[in-house]
Amino acid sequence: MEINKDLTAASSTPLVLAILAEEDSYGYAILQRVKELSGGQLEWTDGMLYPVLHRLSRLGLVESRWEVAESGRRRKYYRITAEGQSQLAEQRRQWQTVDAALRSIWHALSDPAPARASGLAAPTPQGA
Amino acid sequence: MHGSDQHAALEGQIGQWRSYLHRRQAIHSVDVAELEDHLREQVSGLMESGLDADEAFLVAVKRLGRLDDLSREFAREHSDRLWKQLVVAGPDDGETRSGVRREAVVAFSLAVLAAVLVKLPALFGLDLDQDGSFYARNLSFFVLPLLTGYFVWKRGLISSTVTRWLAAGLAAAAVFANVYPFGPGGATEALTALHLPIALWVAVVGAAYAGHRWRETAGRMDFVRFSGELLIYYVLIALGGGVLMAFTALIFQAIGVDIEPVFESWILPCGAAGAVLVASWLVEAKQSVIENMAPVLTRLFTPLFAAVLLVFLGTMALTGVGIDIEREVLIAFDLLLVLVLALLLYSISARDPEARPGVFDIVQVVLIMSALAADAVALQAIGARISEFGFTPNRVAALGMNVILLVNLAWSAVLYLRFLRGRGTFAAIERWQTGYMPVYALWAALVVVAFPPLFGYV
Repeated sequence: MEINKDLTAASSTPLVLAILAEEDSYGYAILQRVKELSGGQLEWTDGMLYPVLHRLSRLGLVESRWEVAESGRRRKYYRITAEGQSQLAEQRRQWQTVDAALRSIWHALSDPAPARASGLAAPTPQGA
Repeated sequence: MHGSDQHAALEGQIGQWRSYLHRRQAIHSVDVAELEDHLREQVSGLMESGLDADEAFLVAVKRLGRLDDLSREFAREHSDRLWKQLVVAGPDDGETRSGVRREAVVAFSLAVLAAVLVKLPALFGLDLDQDGSFYARNLSFFVLPLLTGYFVWKRGLISSTVTRWLAAGLAAAAVFANVYPFGPGGATEALTALHLPIALWVAVVGAAYAGHRWRETAGRMDFVRFSGELLIYYVLIALGGGVLMAFTALIFQAIGVDIEPVFESWILPCGAAGAVLVASWLVEAKQSVIENMAPVLTRLFTPLFAAVLLVFLGTMALTGVGIDIEREVLIAFDLLLVLVLALLLYSISARDPEARPGVFDIVQVVLIMSALAADAVALQAIGARISEFGFTPNRVAALGMNVILLVNLAWSAVLYLRFLRGRGTFAAIERWQTGYMPVYALWAALVVVAFPPLFGYV
């Protein structure tokens, strides 16, 4: 499924922070985790993750270090900071609010018959 | 056997991809290392799921996203880098020397070398004050060989035949600049001093800059862009240097030390020579990152110059006063044509060749036409009285340059009008301009080589 660009951009911060809150990780693994979490529905252009990680790092929400992976290659690991944790908590609250609001309206929509009926029926008794 | 072949091919592809990425200034080498780790992981993941190395590489690269987009995202996130990378060359952690740093080191070493070269003749008793003519004739050789060397190194031309030709050209130029028995204060000597840098700039530095692309329109156009940006950076560095020197003089004055002798014989000549190399490196380092200045200035000044010329022609027509011919006038009109040509070149260099004709193109044509008209009036006035004045080397040189520029602009105007009417392409104008470039070099070389003996070294 193609996810809208703005939505992808907006959700990337909480997703990356949350994945790093689970454990320290690196670019490729973070992307794999995103894929896994969304059941393959959410696919980012791989390269774009890195500017996001660098932005978070600049904001002090994550920090990075180089390590030598078992393959012998040098690999850049990211770790969430205390500030990142509190930012994540804040983002979580915001997203939950949005999510709750959307959920109720989805719920209302998915149960259309009474909603419409009452909506249409309501004015009549008032007018009469 | 097959597996190792595949492996080697994959390594080759990754190496190529890495070098593409390194060329993006916004992406530091640490980032390249990070992205490469990603790419390799992705490739091995895909190969495990059954793709062969080639396919896996293609898919992995595609998933990383288009290089331009990626570079733009990095530039957006690291906008500070576009500035910082010029000063603190290299990555922020202990990564191996990046290309950026190596290049900075080479450029600055060459700048120091240029400063040393400037002072070298003083060791042999040639003083800047008393032997000014030696320095004037050899001005090009303090800087241009080093600049050529820089590009030869940067474009990887060191072992190619081009380099031998460039060296031969420089050597020949050095001979012609120094073997003629110029009369003291002679005009032909001044002409040599003026034309030698032009010839060497276009023919030698241009060829080294464009490298293997020196026959192509695009390669030459890049050199035109480079020249303009270099001029702008050089002026900026000169301004900064001026401010620095003024402060230095002021604070040393406060403690009763006069730095003027040091300034005149050391700081100014060495700084002026070194700054060319530093400015060149700056242009190279920044060209792909920020918007270039030359086209911006062109946009600003083309309408203004066109307006000034139109008013000038109008005033001349209204008052009926002809051009008063002095020697300087011819040079002034040469400079006018050079300016108009520069405006034309830089608007060409920044124009999208596919774009349709617009208002700016019309302004451009108006500018060229009015410059041609003004120059025609001046030429006519000179032509009427040339026998009276006589053919001095200065006049012939100025006239020759004028004719060369006039031909260029006249044909450019024709091509431009065709383009505006939809009968020609913009690429034709570009081709004409870049194809014409050798003419300047040839004319300048002719002035250097043939004029002194022709006019008796006066």
